[in-house]
Amino acid sequence: MSTRVLLWRQFRFERRLFWRNPSAAFFNFMLPLIFLFLIASVFGHKTKDLNTLVPGISGMAVMTTTFTALAFNITFLREQGILKRMRGTPMPPVAYFGGLLLNAVTNAVVQVSLVVVVGHVIYGLHWPRDWLELALFTLVGVVAFGSLGIALSHAIPNFDAAPAYVNAVFLPMIFISGTFYSTSSLPGALDAAARALPLKHVIDGFRAAIVTGSGLGHHLGALAALAAWAVGGVALAVRFFRWE
Amino acid sequence: MLEPAITVHGLRKSYDGVEAVKGISFEVARGEVFGLLGPNGAGKTTTVEILEGYRQRTAGEIAVLGIDPETRDLELRRHVGIVLQSTGFYTRATVRESVEHMAVAYPNPRDPAETIELVGLRGKEDQRVGRLSGGQQRRLDLALALVGDPSVIFLDEPTTGFDPAARRTAWGVVRALKDLGKTVLLTTHYLDEAQSLADRVAIIKDGLIVAQGPPSELSPGRARYRVAYDENGRRVELETDEPTELLHRLTGEALARGERLQNLSVSRPTLEDVYLELTAEAAEQ
Repeated sequence: MSTRVLLWRQFRFERRLFWRNPSAAFFNFMLPLIFLFLIASVFGHKTKDLNTLVPGISGMAVMTTTFTALAFNITFLREQGILKRMRGTPMPPVAYFGGLLLNAVTNAVVQVSLVVVVGHVIYGLHWPRDWLELALFTLVGVVAFGSLGIALSHAIPNFDAAPAYVNAVFLPMIFISGTFYSTSSLPGALDAAARALPLKHVIDGFRAAIVTGSGLGHHLGALAALAAWAVGGVALAVRFFRWE
Repeated sequence: MLEPAITVHGLRKSYDGVEAVKGISFEVARGEVFGLLGPNGAGKTTTVEILEGYRQRTAGEIAVLGIDPETRDLELRRHVGIVLQSTGFYTRATVRESVEHMAVAYPNPRDPAETIELVGLRGKEDQRVGRLSGGQQRRLDLALALVGDPSVIFLDEPTTGFDPAARRTAWGVVRALKDLGKTVLLTTHYLDEAQSLADRVAIIKDGLIVAQGPPSELSPGRARYRVAYDENGRRVELETDEPTELLHRLTGEALARGERLQNLSVSRPTLEDVYLELTAEAAEQ
């Protein structure tokens, strides 16, 4: 069978098994919504705050479904010897990892859609003003975060250590990148750090696409920074790959 | 004549300057069951993992089905089945889903249902893999390696940790593979396993092959015939290459004294004796 067909089969297989863990699937999709409900309540449902929160939590959802999920997943598959088994079969690595990645991307798309829909239906935000820009930032974002998650898994020694490694990257990044609140008055050093990292650029792009509709032309810098992370992430993920 | 399924010539492998495999050579003919026998840490798994394409050798020539496994050739992987010492599974998939999923990666797979039956998992098709017992998971391991209908199969300690019944089943599968004309390279530290399954055995110790041949013909170096009897309540054991002569002398002397040789026994060296002797010798050097 062709690589493309095998990739699709792997993706379908992963999806089927994903839904076999219904409670995990439920919390996977509910977590960003729980954040949205809680923080919106804390801030008293003001539109100004929701205009920060909806793109912010959408960006966080991209990161958890790809970066976090793949760092955990690949570490687990390696520790269990499943990667080693796959390597001994004629399954092309592109098809296998493509299937895993597509699975993560599906979760990212579902979560971003859920947050946007809830933002509109429950909190009365406008529908996204630029769907194309939303799709474009989602696409580049999942490639960057997905590959960085795989790259990080190479540094994680075992599955027990995975939460510590992942949180050490994930938590600081969501706090400085404007996920829950506006970071327009961040101290200089933290602001520079946030601009150097990928999450802020995803959230900025999302805010432009969902809230302001200021046009892609104003956010080419964010897109370029994100694309650079995507290229670097793919290079790291491939270069340092460990099967066992 | 058909080229051998596996050829290994002067294979060496070092890890950080420590030589785990120190120049070994053997060939496995097509349709043959070949056993690599040796204690833990002898270099068996290193050798097999080089042949499987997982590790790169330091020196030597190797070929599996005429192809160097280090090239990671896709065509080779289509014709090789691998059972590793331990591998995990997608525990939420069922047995049938696991086998069917693996089958699609191969150009001419076996029928998944038939493969499940071959390894003795019939009736477990719809069970989640995570709920199988350890022995059943090992059988699934075998099914996943066989579903591609490989012509060469590597089994790295396939029955370690099995209870006796599961071992018998696994042995039955290996014999079934041989009947199907498959080439099997298995590693084991169980002597009886090598003795009852392998057409030929190589005993490996400290990275070197110390003896090689059919189990029945592995020439005993010092492990000779053992003659034993009781004398004055004490067990006397003698070793000899010429049991006929020794027995003639012993029985002649006993008859002349008007005595009997109590509990006389004559035993041929088993593979175990050869194994223990050879591995002990290698350790002394």
